[in-house]
Amino acid sequence: MGIPKDGGNGLGAVLSKIATDGRHGEDSPYFDGWKAYEENPFHPAQNPDGVIQMGLSENGLCFDLTEDWMKSNPKASICTAEGVENFSSIANFQDYHGLPEFRQAIARFMTRIRCGRAKFDSDRIVMSGGCTGACETLVFCLADPEDAFLVPSPYYPAFNRDVRWRTGVQLIPINCKSSNNFQLTLPELESAYEEAVESGVNVKGLILTNPSNPLGTTLDRTSLRELLEFTSRKKIHLVCDEIYSATVFSSPEFTSVSEVMHEVECCDPNLVHIIYSLSKDMGLPGFRVGVIYSYNNTVVSIARKMSSFGLVSSQTQLLVASMLSDEEFVEKFLEESPRRLRARHRKFVRALGEVGIGCLQGNAGLFFWMDLRHFLKEQTFEEEMRLWRVIVHDVRLNVSPGSSFGCPEPGFFRVCFANMEEGTADVALGRIRAFVSKREHDGEKKRKWGGNKMLRLSLKPLRYDENNILTTMSSPDMMSPRSPLVRARN
Amino acid sequence: MGSHSSNRTRVPLSRMAMGNGHGEDSPYFDGWKAYQIDPFDPAENPHGVIQMGLAENQLCADLIEEWLIDHPEGSICTAGGSDKFRDIANFQDYHGLPKFRNGIAIFMGKVRGNRVKFDPDRIVMSGGATGAHDLIAFCLADPGDAFLVPTPYYPGFDRDLCWRTGVKILPVNCKSSNNFKITKKALEEAYNGAVDAGIRVKGLIITNPSNPLGTTLDRATMKDLVDFVNEMNIHLVCDEIYAATLFRGPDFISIAEVIEEYDDDCCNRDLIHIIYSLSKDMGLPGFRIGIVYSYNDDVVRCGRKMSSFGLISSQTQHLIASMLSDDEFVERFIAESSARLAKRHGYFTHELERVGIRCLDSNAGLFVWMDLRELLAEQTFEAEMVLWRVVIHKVKLNVSPGSSFHCSEPGWYRVCIANMDDQTMEIALARIRSFVLENMMGNCMRVVRSKESKAVECKLKVSFSNRKMEEVMKMPCSMSPCSPMPPRSPLVRART
Repeated sequence: MGIPKDGGNGLGAVLSKIATDGRHGEDSPYFDGWKAYEENPFHPAQNPDGVIQMGLSENGLCFDLTEDWMKSNPKASICTAEGVENFSSIANFQDYHGLPEFRQAIARFMTRIRCGRAKFDSDRIVMSGGCTGACETLVFCLADPEDAFLVPSPYYPAFNRDVRWRTGVQLIPINCKSSNNFQLTLPELESAYEEAVESGVNVKGLILTNPSNPLGTTLDRTSLRELLEFTSRKKIHLVCDEIYSATVFSSPEFTSVSEVMHEVECCDPNLVHIIYSLSKDMGLPGFRVGVIYSYNNTVVSIARKMSSFGLVSSQTQLLVASMLSDEEFVEKFLEESPRRLRARHRKFVRALGEVGIGCLQGNAGLFFWMDLRHFLKEQTFEEEMRLWRVIVHDVRLNVSPGSSFGCPEPGFFRVCFANMEEGTADVALGRIRAFVSKREHDGEKKRKWGGNKMLRLSLKPLRYDENNILTTMSSPDMMSPRSPLVRARN
Repeated sequence: MGSHSSNRTRVPLSRMAMGNGHGEDSPYFDGWKAYQIDPFDPAENPHGVIQMGLAENQLCADLIEEWLIDHPEGSICTAGGSDKFRDIANFQDYHGLPKFRNGIAIFMGKVRGNRVKFDPDRIVMSGGATGAHDLIAFCLADPGDAFLVPTPYYPGFDRDLCWRTGVKILPVNCKSSNNFKITKKALEEAYNGAVDAGIRVKGLIITNPSNPLGTTLDRATMKDLVDFVNEMNIHLVCDEIYAATLFRGPDFISIAEVIEEYDDDCCNRDLIHIIYSLSKDMGLPGFRIGIVYSYNDDVVRCGRKMSSFGLISSQTQHLIASMLSDDEFVERFIAESSARLAKRHGYFTHELERVGIRCLDSNAGLFVWMDLRELLAEQTFEAEMVLWRVVIHKVKLNVSPGSSFHCSEPGWYRVCIANMDDQTMEIALARIRSFVLENMMGNCMRVVRSKESKAVECKLKVSFSNRKMEEVMKMPCSMSPCSPMPPRSPLVRART
C-alpha cells in the first residue's frame, strides 16, 4: 500500500462538526425532569406515587374515535382480508409525490379545519418526516448557512434543532412580554429585524407557531395581517407552523395565514409557507405524517425532491387517506376533539384558579401556560429552576420550565393536560392542591415563628456542582436516557 | 393575487434550492419520460415502453400477502391488533420499537447465514436507505470533504451523499478488464488525487452486493478495503441493501463478518458502518425502512438524534417487527426469494446469450449489467447515448445507460429484471431478439455494400434510417420548471 504524500490523513476519521457540536440541543439542564420521569413513571395501579408526565404535548383524548373507525374500515389497511389486495401496489409505491388520495385527503382536512375559509391545493402538499422533518426541509430550501430566522419567544425548544442543527441557519428570538400576554407586536418584530440586519445578519424569514406552543393562544387576525405585511414588505419568508390548528377549543376562532393572504395588499405568496402534521390534531405522532405546504412553486418542487429523505410510509399514507376521506368521521372528530380538550382544559384551569394559580388565557393547544411567578423567591431563572426541581421531585409532576422555551421572563411553566387519563388528571390536581396547601401552611408557620417571610422551598439533594448547576450527563451506552427530544416533537 | 403567481418579486431561496444537487436535471430523464408517456400494459398498451430501469423486487409479494392474512396481529387496524393502536400511534421515540430493532437485527443475521450477530442497540432508523446515506454523510463529513466511491455506482448517491451535506464524491475508477473489481491501486490513486487537490477524504463507500454490477466482493478485496481505511484512518460505509438478493455462489460476505477476523489493533471498528433497508430484499420500498448500523457509539448516538428527521412510521415498525419475528416465515422468504431471483436471472441471461448479448457474470441484485459495447458505433459515451435512445424509442425498453452510473467505459447498461411478471419479461426478450436480429441483418447489408464499394466501413452501426436517427436525437430532454407536478424522473422513486 503506497503511503500518500502527506503521510496519511490523521484527521480523516473524526466525525463531522455537526455530529460533535451539540447543536442537537439534548445536552441541556432540562434533562432532569425527563430522567425523573423515566426512573419513576406514574402508573395508577403499579406506581401511584410516581412522576406524572406533564411535559409531553400529546393528544390522547380521542384515540377511541380513531380506533372505532379503523375497526369499522378494514379496507384502510393493507393487512386485512379486505385490504390485502392493495398490498403489493402500496408496498411498492415510493413516489415522492405521494399517493394522490393521500394528498387530496390532507388538503381537504386542512380546508375543513379552517371551515372552508381557505382552500388547500393537493398539488402543493409535500410530505415530510413529521413536522420535525418539515421544518428542517423548509429551512434547507429557504436559507443558507449563517442566514437567520426570527422567532417570537417563548417558542417550541426543538426549533433550535430543527431550524439550526444541520442547516447551519441561526435562530434569533424576539422577546415577547407577559404584560401583553406574550403576543408578538409589530414594533417588537421591527426592532428585532432592524437590530439583526444592523449587526450584519441576513434575515431570511420569520417563524410563527399559530396556535402557539407553549402559550396555547391563537394570533388575532389583525396581528397576523400586520406580521404578514411586514414580512412581505421586507421580502422575507413567513413560515407558519399550524400543527395545533385543530386543537382550538374555544374562542377566539383560529385564523390561519392562508385566510389573510388575500387581505394583505403587498403579500407575495412566494414568501408564505405552512408546516403541518397530524401528530397533534389527530394524536398520531408515531405515524410521522408531516406536511410542507408552500405557495411558492419552486419551494414545492425542491421540497418534494428533498422529501425523499423522509417520505411518509405508503402503508400509513393509505390509512390516513382512507380515514380523512371519510367526511362523516372527520366532521365528528373535529367536533368531538376540541370539546374534550375544552373540558379537560377547563378542569385544570379552574382547579388551579381555586388554589391561586393563574394561567394565561388559552384557547388552543394541548397544554396551558401556568404562572408561578408569585412562587419565586426572586424573579430569576435560577429560582425558576429551583422551583421546577421541587415540582419534579417533590410534587412529582414533570412540567416544563419557561426558560426551556426561551421565555424572557422567569416563573412560567408549560403544563400538558391532554396526554393522560381522567384519573391521572385528578391525581395531578390533587398533588398540586396538596403542594400549594403545604406551602401556605409552611409560610404560615414561618410567620408564626418570626422566620423569613419569603418561602423557602425544600430541595432534595441532587447532583449539583458547587455553582448549583445541575451537571449534564452523557450516557456511556447508546441507549440514551430519554430526553424530550427522543420523542420527535413534544 | 393568485396562488400560482410566480416570480412577482425575485424571492431569494437557498443556494441548495436554486442549484441542481438533486440530480434531476440530467440527460437520463429521457428514458423515464418515454415510459411515462407510453407505459407498457399487457392489455391496455402492449406496445408501450417496458420499465427495466427500476430496481424493484416484485417476485415475492405473494409470500408476504399470505403472511398478512394469517397474522392479523401484525396490524394495528385489525380486530386482532387494534388493542395496540393507541400505544403504537403515540410512539414517536427515536430509539424505535425495541421489537422492531430486534426483528431487524435478527433478520440481518439470518440473511448472512447467522455467521454474524447484530446488536439491536446499534440499529438507527432512517427514511429509507436514501435517508440513511444523507444521515451518515452528515455524521461523518463536513461540507467540502469527500467520500471515495468505486464506479460504476448507484446514481442516487450524488443526491443522497452530497446534496444537503455539501460533501463531494470522488470516483474510484474500476475497469471491465478485471470485471470492475476494486483494486488497491485505484483506491490509492483516487486518494492521492484528493490529497493533491487539497480535498479531505473522510471515507470510502461501497455497495455490496453491487448496484449496478450485481456482483459481490470477495474476501480478499474486502480485506484490502478494511486495511486501506485503517491505514488512511478513514471511514468505511458498506451499503448492503441487496444482501438477501444473492441467488447463487459465490457467497455474500458482509463487512460484519470480515471485521471479526481482525484484532482490535488492526481494525478500528469506529470506522465501520453499514447501510441497510428492506426496500430491495423484501420488496417494500414504499415503507421507507432505512437502517444505519454503526460500530461507532458516537455515530449511533448522533445518528439516532438525527433520525428524528425521518423516523419510520410506528405503524410500519409494528408490522415489520411482527413479520420478522416469525422465524419460519423469514427463513422461507429468504430461500424462496433467492430461488425466484435465480430462476429469473438464469432464464433472462440465457436468452440474451442466445442472441449474442453478454452480461457481467453476477450472483446478486435485481438487474443484470449488460454488455452492448459491440453495438456501439464508436466506443464513446455519445455513442452509448445514441444506442440508449434507440433502445428506449425503438426497442421500447427503459434500461439505464452505464454513464448514468458514472461507469468509466461506455457500452454497458443496467437492465432490471425483478420488477415484472413472466409474461412481460417474455415480451421484453422478444423485443430484444428482434432488435438484435435487425441489427445483424443491417450489418450484413453494410458489409455487402462495403465490399462492393472501395470505402470499407469497419465500424458497426445500429441499423435504421437517417431520418429516424434525426428524430430520436431531437427528443426533448428538459422538464418543465413551473408546474408543481413535474413529469416523473427516476429520482421520484426514492431509490431506483
